[in-house]
Amino acid sequence: MEWQNWAISTVSFMLSYGTPLLLATLGEIYAERAGVLNLGIEGMMIMGAYTGFVTAYVTHSPWTGLAVAAAVGCAFSLIHAFASITLRANQVVSGLALTLFGLGLSGVLGRSWGGRPLPNALQSINFGALADIPILGPMLFEGHVAVEYIAILLVPIMWFILFKTRVGIAIRSVGEDPATADSLGISVKKVRYLCVAIGGLLAGAAGGYLSVAYRPAWTEGMTGGMGWIVIALTIFAFWNPVMGMLGSYLFAALYHLSFRLQPWVSPEILQSLPYLFAILVLVFIAQGSLRKRMGSPAALTLPYTRGEE
Amino acid sequence: MRAPSWIHIERRPSRSAWTVFYVSLLAIAGALVAASIFFKAYGVSPLHAYRLIITGALGSSIGLAETVRRTIPLLLIGVGLTVAFRAVFWNIGAEGQLLVGAIAATGVALFVPMPDALRLPAMFLAGFAGGAAWALIPALLKAQLGINDVISTLMLNYVAAFIVQWLILGPWKGPTARGFAYTDKFPASALIPRIPGTTIHWPTLILGVLAAVLAYVWVMRTRQGFEIRVVGENPNAAHYAGISQSKVIIMVMLVSGGLAGLAGVGEVAGIQHKLLDAGKLSLGYGYTAIIVAWLARRNPLAVLITSFLFGAIMAGGDVIKVSLGLPFQLVNVFNGLILFFLIGSEILMKYKVSFAWRKR
Repeated sequence: MEWQNWAISTVSFMLSYGTPLLLATLGEIYAERAGVLNLGIEGMMIMGAYTGFVTAYVTHSPWTGLAVAAAVGCAFSLIHAFASITLRANQVVSGLALTLFGLGLSGVLGRSWGGRPLPNALQSINFGALADIPILGPMLFEGHVAVEYIAILLVPIMWFILFKTRVGIAIRSVGEDPATADSLGISVKKVRYLCVAIGGLLAGAAGGYLSVAYRPAWTEGMTGGMGWIVIALTIFAFWNPVMGMLGSYLFAALYHLSFRLQPWVSPEILQSLPYLFAILVLVFIAQGSLRKRMGSPAALTLPYTRGEE
Repeated sequence: MRAPSWIHIERRPSRSAWTVFYVSLLAIAGALVAASIFFKAYGVSPLHAYRLIITGALGSSIGLAETVRRTIPLLLIGVGLTVAFRAVFWNIGAEGQLLVGAIAATGVALFVPMPDALRLPAMFLAGFAGGAAWALIPALLKAQLGINDVISTLMLNYVAAFIVQWLILGPWKGPTARGFAYTDKFPASALIPRIPGTTIHWPTLILGVLAAVLAYVWVMRTRQGFEIRVVGENPNAAHYAGISQSKVIIMVMLVSGGLAGLAGVGEVAGIQHKLLDAGKLSLGYGYTAIIVAWLARRNPLAVLITSFLFGAIMAGGDVIKVSLGLPFQLVNVFNGLILFFLIGSEILMKYKVSFAWRKR
């Protein structure tokens, strides 16, 4: 029966650890589909984690905490949007600045909040009888919070919008060929602002999930590079929400499996594995036939000005 | 472009060195004004804080020495980054390259038997080689497989930090460290000499100045440098001119990583005298140097000035921490702000911007 317990813990971990990755990846997919690379994920996530924790702590409501986290992530992303869309600044540098700023600011503001547990963390949903189903019950219906299911629900919704609606066409055309989109009457600027804002909203929520549900406490730098893994996952996902889900959970599973190496490998090397995985994942998709599909949105990182090429 | 109707943007026909200079000053001033909000929030008068920072970092010989101490790694790494950024290779991994350089130097200092006179030069060589080797990984990944440079360089920072952690807790843990997580102290022959009474390890400083001059000549005055710039500015033209993009990427990353490795040698053999926790060893030099290189507009010679400026900001961060009890993290907030204002203000160099309230 040991393998069953093990399968249960793996899938359960995939859901809980994969959720922040999935949320932020979905957001980054939208931003990049519209042609804006946002390397500020780490900064937006950590600000979401900090503000979400403090809000939940003060208001005693984890949901208010999550809402504030998302709003703060969104507000932060607008700094990047203003710099890269309106001012046409370099997107790589602007995103880096956002991450530096967010890490620094959360460190300054969160100085006196560290080490306090959150008394009213987000509670897991009680599914009653569903949890009694053998294997599947404890895997999927025990100990998970609502955010984890919402993240899964978002996948088909965001996939449908991106590939099956006019809005989705507008987003993709702005990221592929902004001049043509512009000539068709689509406001490049509006679409890009909107997509970056969605990215910030979801990155902030991902951070909030970390501090309000996943590990209900605030620690400086608690996102620990997750924001960068999200950037890698976005590429791995070929900018497709469904692949984004696959990638996020696969990544979580790999991470979980690596704990199996514990008896043989020192903990420091074990801790460095997620970062190596992020590179390996990109190496994997760079191989062979997959490589042909690897093309990023053609206008990614390129600012757009009417009448200039 | 449909800018808000009160902003008018026209292309500037050309930009002079003075425009660049004034716009940079304006950006720094903007960041200072924005950062003053945080001082206000802590109930400290911003003017008082800035006066403290300036006098603390530049006003006394002790403060100046602290500034120069931080200038050294920023200078070495910053020069390397200007070279990588010229080829538009986003080396965000200088932090990791510094650490691997420090590891390599530590290995030579503690475990390789050799004549005393050769030890320091061998450590510098090993540090350069270590940083370069670490930088070669993302360079090859990009050149061979097209792997995103931002991700690979950044991820390797974390890996390098964990390797340091593993070494100081495991195989390299010093028998004389009494349970603390660091290696034994380096032997006297492995210590970089300092200017007496300060922490300025001057040989590393000289290396940094030399690196700035040589990198400038290399990038701006040689054929290879020309190739680097073409790859960065116009990859298509580079392709048609038969310039190998892979070769350029590998070349700039070997130099960029090697210089970061030298910075690691300086920290470990000039300041700490042992290998210790990554966070204590580097203080985020690899990230701050990105701003240093960008503010220098990717000009290696200008890094001489910008690295000193950021050395002063870091030293100033210590001052406000000690004398005002403010968190050192404020330095990172300020650095992020400077970077925003910097790239935001670049539009002022490319375009003439005027503000007017008028109906469209």
